[in-house]
Amino acid sequence: MWAVYKREMRSYFTSLVGYVYYAIFFLVSAFLFMQNTVQAGENANVSNYFTIIMYLFIITIPLITMKLVSEELKLKTDQLLITSAPSIIGVILGKFLAAFTLFGSSFIVSSLIYYIPLTMYGTPNAAKYFASVLAILLCGMAFISIGIFISSLTENQFIAALGTIVVIVILLLIGNVSQYINSEFIRTILSNISFSSRYSNFAGGILDYGSLFYFLTISALFLFLSTKAFERRRWM
Amino acid sequence: MIKVTNLTKKYGDRFAINNISFEVNDGEVVGFLGPNGAGKTTTMNIITGYISSTSGTAEIDGFDILENPTEAKKQIGYLPEFPPLYLEMTVNEYLGFIYDLKKCELKKKDHIDEICRVVKITDAQKRIIKNLSKGYRQRVGIAGALVGNPKVVIFDEPTNGLDPRQIIDIRNLIKKLGEDHTVILSTHILSEVKTICDRILIINEGKIVADTKTENLEAEIKGNRRLEIKVDGPESQVLSTLKKIPGVSFVTVENSYGNGISSFLVESQNDADVRKPVFYAMAKGGWPIISMDYLSGNIEDIFISVVDEDDEKKAAEAETKEKPVKPDRK
Repeated sequence: MWAVYKREMRSYFTSLVGYVYYAIFFLVSAFLFMQNTVQAGENANVSNYFTIIMYLFIITIPLITMKLVSEELKLKTDQLLITSAPSIIGVILGKFLAAFTLFGSSFIVSSLIYYIPLTMYGTPNAAKYFASVLAILLCGMAFISIGIFISSLTENQFIAALGTIVVIVILLLIGNVSQYINSEFIRTILSNISFSSRYSNFAGGILDYGSLFYFLTISALFLFLSTKAFERRRWM
Repeated sequence: MIKVTNLTKKYGDRFAINNISFEVNDGEVVGFLGPNGAGKTTTMNIITGYISSTSGTAEIDGFDILENPTEAKKQIGYLPEFPPLYLEMTVNEYLGFIYDLKKCELKKKDHIDEICRVVKITDAQKRIIKNLSKGYRQRVGIAGALVGNPKVVIFDEPTNGLDPRQIIDIRNLIKKLGEDHTVILSTHILSEVKTICDRILIINEGKIVADTKTENLEAEIKGNRRLEIKVDGPESQVLSTLKKIPGVSFVTVENSYGNGISSFLVESQNDADVRKPVFYAMAKGGWPIISMDYLSGNIEDIFISVVDEDDEKKAAEAETKEKPVKPDRK
């Protein structure tokens, strides 16, 4: 697992993807933070920032997950991994951890930095703030797992990116769409699936175990499916 | 070392390999010969754990590749047809990655340096793989297969696409590796297996149709042996003399060079070595032999010979099946 992790981390910064990711994330997140907190004046609400930042993942998550498996399939290096690595789960976990390190480091560092002006200009609720940080981290973790799964379905990085974008958009917007559905039953299901609805449970500063379990389950499920997809040629 | 038992791989209704069994002993260098689509790569991919079989087993040093893949994989180094290289890495980084991936316990730097010395890429260790020539890349792929000192190394078409010089280098390297490894080599090229391998397995349409020691290969090929000779003498007399030699079944003039020298193609029955009689006959006539070469059977000859035999068997079996057995009516 660590061999793959190290290789992926190195690959992010030799292929410029890592730098591009950090540049996009820090620039856009800083802009969104300023707009929704410091510049919002009396209407400042930090949960607005966290809600909007999730939409940034539509671009940033596919950027870091699209090549993770599809490139191995394209370059036939999957042969090396499957015939040399003791476990395929370790390979997928190594890739997942590398992507999560990139995502997590940027998000945690930015969240810690942005907390400083909040304390300077107001009295932020630490519980709410850091519960939101945790929720977004979990949300990103699930998106990364989904991205890796989609990447393991195709040799084409752009198709992988496009597929991930579509799924992230659906998972974010499905909660908003549910408002227009008459059936209470379907509305509840869609709201429970929606990542933004799940985040709102954390926004009040409460550690919502249901949502925590939901994000962790989605992550584990798609990592498992990625493993199966990666070695599918073995079973065809 | 390797034991393949009743291995079958089906894609839909088509058999990629059909119930093949063979064993490779410790230290043996075995050539896997067959036309495209014969099942060579499929067999290798199953042995190395890249794909699974539909039925049957593949054991490496007693470890079943499906039931105990971790132990089985430790015994194998594999160079697929397209070397699985990370082009943005340096050679050292690439080999270090495989070292970590395989969780080797040898001293990392010493081990990698030793492999690079064996495959002669020491001068390229710090270079990025993308910038290396095809021959060097192939060597890096071989180096990758040697990481962890596996007992078995498997090469799938290792000289494919290389220039003649590189081909000779890689063949010499594989030959050298065969001194202390069990080697399986897949190829289309007969001269390659003849130079490198102790034993040859010929696979056709997913079945092993020949399994023989290399030195016995030509003897096992059905059909005539062909001798090409250049003689300085009167063409028609030389021709008629050659035709009279016992064992010679066919003679033809291949080329006339205009200076009294002609080349002849002499075919003899498989078990007849006519070189000595030809020499004495030419000496008796006072016609100097400029050159005399046995034309080795090429891959096509071998396939045609072996595959024809296989097809004949199949046809005979089919015919037997088609004939209904009439029940005895008393």
